[in-house]
Amino acid sequence: MGSFFHQHQRLTPYLLLLPGIAWLAIFFLIPLGFLGYQSLQSGIYPNFEFTWEVSNFTDAFTEYREQFFRSFLYAGLATIACLLLAYPLVYWIAFKAGAWRNLFLLFIVAPFFVTYLVRTLAWLNILASEGPVVGFLRDIHVLGANEGLLYTTFAVVAGITYNFFPFMALPLYVSLEQIDPRLLEAAKDLYSSSTQAFLRVTLPLSAPGIVAGTLLTFIPAAGDFINAALLGTPKQTMIGNVIQAKFLESLDYPTAASLSFVLMGAILVALLVYARIVGSERLTG
Amino acid sequence: MTTVAAIPRRARVGLAARSWRFVKRNALTAYALLVVGYLMLPIAVVILFSFNAPKGRFNYVWQGFTLDHWINWDSVLGIREAVITSIQVGLLATVVATALGTMIALAIVRHRFVGRSSTNLLVFLPMSTPEIVLGASLLTLFLNTSAIFQLGFWTIFIAHVMFIVSFIVVTVKARLIGFDRHLEEAAMDLGANEVTTFRKVTLPLIAPAMLAAALLGFALSIDDFVITYLNAGGTQTFPVFVWGAARVSVPPQVNVVASAIFLVAIALALGNVLWQYRSAKRTQGAT
Repeated sequence: MGSFFHQHQRLTPYLLLLPGIAWLAIFFLIPLGFLGYQSLQSGIYPNFEFTWEVSNFTDAFTEYREQFFRSFLYAGLATIACLLLAYPLVYWIAFKAGAWRNLFLLFIVAPFFVTYLVRTLAWLNILASEGPVVGFLRDIHVLGANEGLLYTTFAVVAGITYNFFPFMALPLYVSLEQIDPRLLEAAKDLYSSSTQAFLRVTLPLSAPGIVAGTLLTFIPAAGDFINAALLGTPKQTMIGNVIQAKFLESLDYPTAASLSFVLMGAILVALLVYARIVGSERLTG
Repeated sequence: MTTVAAIPRRARVGLAARSWRFVKRNALTAYALLVVGYLMLPIAVVILFSFNAPKGRFNYVWQGFTLDHWINWDSVLGIREAVITSIQVGLLATVVATALGTMIALAIVRHRFVGRSSTNLLVFLPMSTPEIVLGASLLTLFLNTSAIFQLGFWTIFIAHVMFIVSFIVVTVKARLIGFDRHLEEAAMDLGANEVTTFRKVTLPLIAPAMLAAALLGFALSIDDFVITYLNAGGTQTFPVFVWGAARVSVPPQVNVVASAIFLVAIALALGNVLWQYRSAKRTQGAT
């Protein structure tokens, strides 16, 4: 065995890669091909035929434009909410928490240890009309006597925000933690106020974390359907709900497949636009 | 006596600035603690409602304390089978994915070879694809090759290995990059062949990273709903069971199982942190 490796050292990386890459090729890449194949079929379950049915794509987009728009809107709102919640917390952990850092990092990942569906269902308890949150908001007249929070856009966006929060917080932490405190001292020595030091030093240096966190939050959020299904009504239906229902309930595989492709393409376009904005801002800044 | 004059002046200017800074610093701390509270709230609710004694079918409002659901956690039809399936899939998929992922990580970090960057891309792509697309494409594969693949336990296993591998690669890679190759060269100079070197030197050094990766993989597997649900057929994992229950009413036993998983995961995470801390200390002591 050992001498075999010695004689074929060039082969070693390929032998190491073979099983894992084969798995990814067969169960990730080839399925994407099948998805494309299915998306161009026509017919009714179980008799689908491959007919280059390009109209599946145009139909998918025109018929479900509303759900696409909503998915991107909700994912965008949740991403912004995650950033606003996570940045101060992570900043505080990186610069002020001292020896407690690791404990607070554990707090950030702790929600991941509760089954996704169960932690989403917990928001049913929290936001329930009989619960203390709604009761308080009604008492201070933010909500009317018959208004609630559950089964609203707010509930769905709040659920998405909560569920994908660690995807924003962890990359932010990595970028903030790497900032050399001496740079901030230097800024202070050069008579910057702490606001200036933050805007001129900390924020630009944490930009890679913001970019990574935004991508890691936005992509899964746009494809999510659990929050809309559990915390929303049909008025909050996202594209993930439509794909899931087409696959498992109405058994309309070609439409479901083309919707999946459009979702992937739309996310890709959103990423390119985002990269463009981030890139051009870096150029001007 | 210039200092006497200087001190009150500094104090006067500094007082406003310092109290402003005090407010600001505490505002940040207060905000951070509020966000931590927001993160912990649903977890507390999940655990709390596992002890609730609901009067009707719905476990939404606190009614009274009981240990019944913890004692009879499997009294709900199907929950025991679902939990067992989740654990079996999780263990099996984690072992296979950790082996495959570690090998990929070793190849990428240790070797220069043709196709290295496309390998990196192939590993990265599944992580940046929405779960629904991963699940849907795999489902179309299984549907179109139904002579080979019947939806059920093994298709869930295949799906889990597929989406876990990338996370294993990333976790192990991060550890391998900071790894001292001289130790392996020393072993080879002393006459060990590649296999012995790997067993006696490399493996013990990357074992903590592999364990951390495996824990992450198991957590991802036991938590996954979207990909599993699409490829499960009639087989139920715990999340699929919860989804079915949520359409009618969620029994408190679901909270019991989720709380138990949470407590075990927290214990393992703390244990892993301690182990890494201790092995870091040990290697520091050795050099």
